[in-house]
Amino acid sequence: MQTQVLIIGGGATGTAIARDLALRGIQCILVEKGDLNSGASGGNHGLLHSGGRYVSNDQEAARECKQEGDIIKKLMPQCIEDTGGLFVAVGGDDEKFIADYPSFCAQCGVPCEPSTPEEARYLEPTLSKNVIAAYKVEDASIDPFRLSLLNMSQAVSRGSRLLRRSRVIGFDISGRKIKRTLLRNVDTAEEFYIEAEQVVNSTGAWANQVCRLAGIDIEMQYSKGTLLVTNDRINYRIINRLRKPSDADILVPGGTVSIIGTTSTPVQDPDVIHPTVEETDLIVREGAVMVPVLEKSRFVRAYCGVRPLFGKSGGGDGRSVSRGFALLDHAKDNVENFTTITGGKLTTFRLMAEKTSDQVCGKMGVSAPCLTRTEMLPVTDDCQWTEPGLSPRKWMRSHNTDDIMICECEMVTKTAIDEVIASLRHSNEKPGLVDICMRTRLGRGACQGAFCGPRALAYLYECGEFKTREGLADIGRFFQERWKGIHAILWGDQMIQAELMESIHCGLFDEELYTQSK
Amino acid sequence: MALPKSHNYDSKHIFDIMVIGSGIAGMAASLFAVNRKLSTVQAGSAGGTLFTSGLFDLLSVYPVEEKKLWSRPWDAMAALRASGSHHPYTRVSDENIQRSFDEIVSFLNAKGMKFHYDKNLNQKMITSMGTLKYSYCVPESMWAGVEAYEKKAPCLIVDFKGLKEFSARQIAATLQEEWPAIRPLRVEFPGMSGRTEIHAVHLARALELSATRVELAALIKPRLCDAVSVGFPAVLGIKRTQVILAHLHQLLGVPVFEIPMMPASVPGFRLKEIFDSELPQMGLLRLIDKRVDSVARTDRGNFLLTIGGYEETHTIQARAVILATGRFMGKGLLSDRKGIYEPLFNIPLFQPENRMAWHHEQFLHPAGHPINSAGVEVDDTFRPVDGTGSVIHDNLYAAGSILAHQDWMRMKCGSGLAISTAYAAVNAAIEKFINKQDRITA
Repeated sequence: MQTQVLIIGGGATGTAIARDLALRGIQCILVEKGDLNSGASGGNHGLLHSGGRYVSNDQEAARECKQEGDIIKKLMPQCIEDTGGLFVAVGGDDEKFIADYPSFCAQCGVPCEPSTPEEARYLEPTLSKNVIAAYKVEDASIDPFRLSLLNMSQAVSRGSRLLRRSRVIGFDISGRKIKRTLLRNVDTAEEFYIEAEQVVNSTGAWANQVCRLAGIDIEMQYSKGTLLVTNDRINYRIINRLRKPSDADILVPGGTVSIIGTTSTPVQDPDVIHPTVEETDLIVREGAVMVPVLEKSRFVRAYCGVRPLFGKSGGGDGRSVSRGFALLDHAKDNVENFTTITGGKLTTFRLMAEKTSDQVCGKMGVSAPCLTRTEMLPVTDDCQWTEPGLSPRKWMRSHNTDDIMICECEMVTKTAIDEVIASLRHSNEKPGLVDICMRTRLGRGACQGAFCGPRALAYLYECGEFKTREGLADIGRFFQERWKGIHAILWGDQMIQAELMESIHCGLFDEELYTQSK
Repeated sequence: MALPKSHNYDSKHIFDIMVIGSGIAGMAASLFAVNRKLSTVQAGSAGGTLFTSGLFDLLSVYPVEEKKLWSRPWDAMAALRASGSHHPYTRVSDENIQRSFDEIVSFLNAKGMKFHYDKNLNQKMITSMGTLKYSYCVPESMWAGVEAYEKKAPCLIVDFKGLKEFSARQIAATLQEEWPAIRPLRVEFPGMSGRTEIHAVHLARALELSATRVELAALIKPRLCDAVSVGFPAVLGIKRTQVILAHLHQLLGVPVFEIPMMPASVPGFRLKEIFDSELPQMGLLRLIDKRVDSVARTDRGNFLLTIGGYEETHTIQARAVILATGRFMGKGLLSDRKGIYEPLFNIPLFQPENRMAWHHEQFLHPAGHPINSAGVEVDDTFRPVDGTGSVIHDNLYAAGSILAHQDWMRMKCGSGLAISTAYAAVNAAIEKFINKQDRITA
């Protein structure tokens, strides 16, 4: 395979680079070892920072957030829920910090409107009675999955390609250039080469692993952040704790749920992470200080991501390392057509893509300017089924009497699954339940797949997508994917649900006897 | 007073036994108690048996971490006993486990839900998932399926358009390697064309009409080819299953069978119908959809149980209680971030030290999740004991899945555990308690 630019890594940054370059007339292949947003781009709050979070400790990041936030709200409104945000302090929080906060914001150009505890509780009735100070900021919710799918979708419409489940395993370097990149399909183990003029490494926390394949060492740290999803949406606006960044101090609403997080724990290996019981306990305890109902809320899922932090720090939890991004030109390491972009945060993904694309274009002698700063992100149908509530609305509107509801908790229809299957088939991929879950809301509701998983599996057999016993392994992977998100939050109602799931799939169907255990 | 007047009930009546819970363990305990002429009252929600498949498992996987499957359940039992396990089975003899099955099966057979079992063998069942399951005591309606699988004879699996959780293609695809003569067929269920979603219980009711069966058979017969049996989803009627099986056999010219499927299951519904309608006729006071709110004891040691419902509450006095409230789904156990609890008697539970040890990171981890072996510990007569082994109340018994040291989901021993421990608890109550005092029934 040949292309102009090979982009490695399908997160928010990689897909935005694909779009940015496509708009400048450059064709790319984006390769991703897992699925879109399977790293930090999928494991975060979905928070478009106003900058208010960083005004005290990282002023440059705060300014970037403010500028980028404005652009994204204007040009990508389909990915945004413009909720606004609050910073609140509770009794015992640092009063000097509270008093200094407006001046921190002013220094960074981050809008901040003083409020009162009374007004804050009027706006957000679930806030603690113990709130002693509040400020209003311009935070918003952002759907990172929709964002990456739409970015990629526009790039594909301009002739670029996406190859999922393709892992880079080596580079052929000669004459100070990567001549070919060797890849392996993670399902079939088939190996293949891609020849490209330029290679971009936008693999986030995996950036140093990819660099190492080119004989280059970069210093990175990993910080794991865990988040919990509530069963119901409990706030209208984003609620931040008014203090220096710490554990479980942001509650982000999105669609029908709220997300509380995060923690920050140094980890050695970005591939071996999962939410732990200790973290979930800490999050519930700390979050409840701001919003007491969290202590009694039902949580439907826990998940985590790894923040890629560039460089080294003396600090303990990684919060003191800059959240700024690093753009590395490996010409200095004697690989002229190789660029790495890592670090950063979701809110600045577009800027990271712009800077990266500028550098790549410079190397290629392309002078076309960046258009993502001014052009609207088009809407396509590629991810409409992931938006909570949209699927039933569309279903109601179409009045298709032959449409069957496969997932009753989240109202995912046969038509929705058909579209996902068709789109995966279109890119020569074999659909499985995990893929369908990522692209629709299948299995994300109260039953966590116990009932809709078998229905969707039966449907895949009906469609001829599975023809042998392989479907049993596939549903095992699907349950494991759901389990990763619930195993640290199994108490109360969620425990009952887990027991129901196990009683059906192990107690009745003996599926554990059919699944290869790792 | 909204309580039924059957059973000569009056508010001063002192029952011999109060059974709390209405899953298989509660139902079995009530049956064994009324069979022994005990004055018995039972409370619990109405749906306890709906989550059963209709199969009565005894024991087929042990040790679970080795996924070791046993076709001879008593050999598995011997291995379990020899291992030093504290499984509740180790407190009941093989003979008594067998007797408990015999007693419940003879009751169900007499009431029209026939079961088939071979004393020494687990049967190999195909399921709607396409997996093969070893079970012990199988509804007669599923038996031709056991034989068909055994012989790998040509077999047609029929499914219905709109019954989302049952795919004949899936079953045929997963089993074809070992059973090449299995073949799927999809038909539109008679009278349901145009319906995009149909439900098992509706199909079961429709099949109770002879005309539906004639229409259905007419759709299948021309496609039978060489099939010598026909498998259906488990929807062949609720009360007239034997008649339906025989009629379909006659119409198609080959035996038919049911394949167990997702809950809420029709065979579970059949069990519920029989227990709900038959046990009260045998003298049980069945308080359907009533929960026990609180418990106290009289000076003489009788239990005073406050029963709640939608409207009023009542007090029941009983000389012994059998606690068969199940685990988390049955609300026999509750959990929060700190631990698990038994809410009614506040029985101290055997449980992992903290929540970190409750579950494995893999859902299908071969060893099973440690929390599943947590629960109520008992003495040899199934009376709950505290951490030091002391009996908590001399007239309180526990049975079924609430018991500690078992993982019924992985060992495939749920029904056997429920039935045999209910049997042991009722007999122990008679032996140790009820027979030793004068009956006070006034």
